[in-house]
Amino acid sequence: MTSRPIVEARGVHKHFGTLHVLKGVDLVVAERELVFVIGPSGSGKSTLLRCLNRLEEPSAGSIVVDGIDLLDRRTDINKARRRIGMVFQGFNLYPHMTALGNVTLALRKVLGLPRAEAEARGRVALERVHLSDRADHYPSQLSGGQQQRVAIARAIALEPRVMLFDEPTSALDPELVGGVLAVMRELREDGMTMVVVSHEMGFARAAADRVLFMDDGLVVEEGTPEQIFGAPRHERTRAFISQIERH
Amino acid sequence: MSWEDFALAFLNLEIMREASPILVQGLVQTILLSLLVVPLGLVGGTVLALLSTVRHPLVRWPLMAWVDTFRALPPLVLLVFIYAGMPFAGLELPAWGAVAIGFFLNTGAYYGEILRAGIESVPRGQMEAARSTGLTRGQAMAYVVMPQAVRNVLPDLISNTLEVVKLTSIASVVALPELLFQARQAQSVTYNASPLVAAAVVYFVLLWPVVRLLSRLENRQLAGRG
Repeated sequence: MTSRPIVEARGVHKHFGTLHVLKGVDLVVAERELVFVIGPSGSGKSTLLRCLNRLEEPSAGSIVVDGIDLLDRRTDINKARRRIGMVFQGFNLYPHMTALGNVTLALRKVLGLPRAEAEARGRVALERVHLSDRADHYPSQLSGGQQQRVAIARAIALEPRVMLFDEPTSALDPELVGGVLAVMRELREDGMTMVVVSHEMGFARAAADRVLFMDDGLVVEEGTPEQIFGAPRHERTRAFISQIERH
Repeated sequence: MSWEDFALAFLNLEIMREASPILVQGLVQTILLSLLVVPLGLVGGTVLALLSTVRHPLVRWPLMAWVDTFRALPPLVLLVFIYAGMPFAGLELPAWGAVAIGFFLNTGAYYGEILRAGIESVPRGQMEAARSTGLTRGQAMAYVVMPQAVRNVLPDLISNTLEVVKLTSIASVVALPELLFQARQAQSVTYNASPLVAAAVVYFVLLWPVVRLLSRLENRQLAGRG
């Protein structure tokens, strides 16, 4: 049985004033698939990701996530967002709340769970990112890597159907990247559908089903990690790959 | 003028003692007034600050005009206008009502600007993270943005509150018997300035702990930034 795709974005355009950032992008992600999006800064990859939970309002196109038409006026976007977890480059943890508080806020206020139940679920989520022992720490008491793992726990606690990662390791010191990638790989092994904007090529080779290369608001090329990193067809892809490989 | 003359005119303990009952009444009125106008100003300020996050021009421009007007207008003028001027528009207000409206307009505008700065000090990513988990805009404001905003501008809020409590003395112009009004009554009856000095001491005792708290908060924030 071929299952319905979890994410189905068609012809997505985005204008910021006179700037045309997305020029008709298609992205279809199947269940349990991990899709990697790479591209130079300004290529529109983060904007595309942010359109997938409507943090950015697309100017044109259609976006259906888990069967819900995100751009339909009648869609309750807050309800839809429960199914779409997002992890940000800058973590964006709530600094005035403990790790557990960060994870349980939406469980209590969005799902309406009683505190005890929310905390039980929150602790399970923290366990999945190996931070059970940091539940009562505030973000300022955690390393960058730990903060990002709490942010992942905050998203997965809602049991989303898809997880969006916006450069999850770019703000981290190199020695902290591994812990975050390990958690992401475990999520993948548990069958989570994921869209990842990142330049972690090692991770992409090991875990991605598909890699999209974006440039100038368009998907230039897509394929398996071996194809994209090993034998890119387009000149722009080649130039970009050789550039990030030098780092 | 000798020291004795000065002491008799300003530091006359006998007169202070005689005036103390009405000064206490005045103090009670000042405290009640403060308990009325500070929350009113905070409510008005919160509404203005939340409105300021709406980018629509139909909200932005009237809001800006409102805040500018009531910050620029001297509160004393505003109060006299409301109390003495509104009856001509057919609106007869008791002194308390005029004071409540005047402070709501004036201090609300000040609190509003402070809270707006607080909201703007919270990174955009906080709102985005909250919204990405399905919280509504209102919930994200209430649970994520506002607590951080208030914390970031707490010294300014307290400082403004000090000013507001002192400003309640302008209620004396509409014959509301607060502390300054009572002190001046006592002064005119006794032909002696000692009740005013006593009132000043009372204001000081009332507000000094808050001033100390404020200094400590400010030092802590400076240390936190370092």
